[in-house]
Amino acid sequence: MRKYVPKDNVQGKSYYTDRFWVAPRVPREEVRDTHFTGVVATLGVLVKEAHVELGQLIVHIEARDNVAVIKVLKETCGYTQCSEQSAVDYLAKDGEFELFYQLLNVNEAKRVRVLCRIKKGEAIESIVPLFNSANFAEREMFDMFGIKVNNHPFLKRILMPDDWEGHPLLKTYPLQGDEFASWYEVDKIFGKEYRDIIGPENRDPAKVDRHDTKRFARIGYEVPFGVDNTAGETQKEIEYSETLLVNYNKKESKTLDKRR
Amino acid sequence: MAQHQVNYASSAGLPIALTSVDKLVNWGRSNSLWPLTYGLACCAIEMMASGASRYDFDRMGTIFRASPRQADVMILAGTLSKKHSEFARRLYDQMTEPKWVISMGSCANTGGMFNTYATVQGVDRIIPVDIYLPGCAPRPETLQYAMMMLQKKIRRESANMKKNTKQDLTHQTGKRARLI
Ligand code: SF4
Repeated sequence: MRKYVPKDNVQGKSYYTDRFWVAPRVPREEVRDTHFTGVVATLGVLVKEAHVELGQLIVHIEARDNVAVIKVLKETCGYTQCSEQSAVDYLAKDGEFELFYQLLNVNEAKRVRVLCRIKKGEAIESIVPLFNSANFAEREMFDMFGIKVNNHPFLKRILMPDDWEGHPLLKTYPLQGDEFASWYEVDKIFGKEYRDIIGPENRDPAKVDRHDTKRFARIGYEVPFGVDNTAGETQKEIEYSETLLVNYNKKESKTLDKRR
Repeated sequence: MAQHQVNYASSAGLPIALTSVDKLVNWGRSNSLWPLTYGLACCAIEMMASGASRYDFDRMGTIFRASPRQADVMILAGTLSKKHSEFARRLYDQMTEPKWVISMGSCANTGGMFNTYATVQGVDRIIPVDIYLPGCAPRPETLQYAMMMLQKKIRRESANMKKNTKQDLTHQTGKRARLI
C-alpha cells in the first residue's frame, strides 16, 4: 500500500494561490422556513444539527440512521427524488468520510441535503430500497472512495475497470496515477515483461514559468511583453463577485430606438 | 525510310500499361481505404462529419466499415481511456493485414489535456501509428489531408507486407515482436 500523505495543505502551498479566488464559505442560516421547520420537527431526535445554506436544508445525522431518516423524508415529507449521493474525503483533516444524500421535493420545490460521517473502513447501509437512483450513485461511491455499501444489489466498480487498484477520488490518490495505473494498459495487453520495451509514460509536465513574460503559457498578473518581473509584479486586483449570484449585466436594459 | 521513335516506357498507343506489381497493388490499396467505424470521444464527431455528405469521404474511395474484419484503416479518434485500451487493441488485432492506423487529435497522440490516471498517454503505447494528426479537434479537412498522406505513404510501401513491419522490436529483446 502507498503511504498515506495528508494532502490538506496542497492548495495552500501552490505558488499561484494569489491569482485565484478562494470562494468564501457559504453562509449558514437558521432554519426559519415553515416547511423546513416542519421537516426538522418530523425527523425529531434523528437530527444532530440542522441549518440552511443557499435555501437548502442541511441535516446532519448519525450514519446508522441514514435509511430511517431518508425513509421519513421520502414518505412523510414528500422528498420523492434522490438526485445525488456520494462522499467527500476528509480523512486527512478528521479521519472521516462525509457522505451526502441530496433529496428533492418537487411539490414544494425544496431540497434537503442529508449529511453523515463514517470512519475509514466502516460501511453504510444502502438506500436502494427507497431510491433506485441511488444504485449507480452508491456504486460510484464504492468505486471512487472504496466505501462499502451494505445490502446493495450489485456492488461493483462502475467507472474504473474491475481489476483496478486504488480509489481515484481519495485525496491521497495521485492525479497522474500510481504505478499500477501508469502501467495498466501495458500489463493488461502485453504483459509485465513488455514494460521495458514500451517504456514509461511520457507525460506533459505542463511546466509554467511564473517569470516568463514572453510566452503565453504563463500564470500571473498581466504585465507588458518581455518585462523583467523577477522582483515581483504590480498587482492588479481582479474583480470577483461579492455575493454568490450576481447580475453581471450592469448595463441598462434595452431601450427601443427612438427613430422607430 | 521512315524513322520511328520508339519509347519503350510508354504504351505507344497500344492497350498496355507498364508498371510494377508494387505500384499496381498499392494503387488498389491506397484508393480504397476502408476505415473502421470507431469513435472514442469528441474527435469522432469530426470524423463523422468527414464521412458525411459535406466533406464526403466516399468520393476518395474511403468508406467506413462497421466491422474490423472488413476494415484496413483504424482512425483512433479521441481520448483512449485505460479501461478501453484493451478493446482498442483487440479491434486492431482483429483487422486483417494490410492495416494502417491514424491517430486523430491531441488526446490520441499524447493524452492531450487529460494528463490523468485514467487516460492512455498516447495510443502509440499500445498500437503502432502511421499518421499523427494534430488538433483538438482536427477539422474534417485535416482528416482528409491525413488520409491523402496515408495514401502517399502506402504508395511508397512495398506490396510485400513482410517488409512493412512497422515497429520491429526483435532487435531489442530477442523476443517475438508483438507490436506489429
Ligand atoms: S483531441 Fe480534443 S476534440 Fe479530440 S478527443 Fe481530445 S479533447 Fe476531444
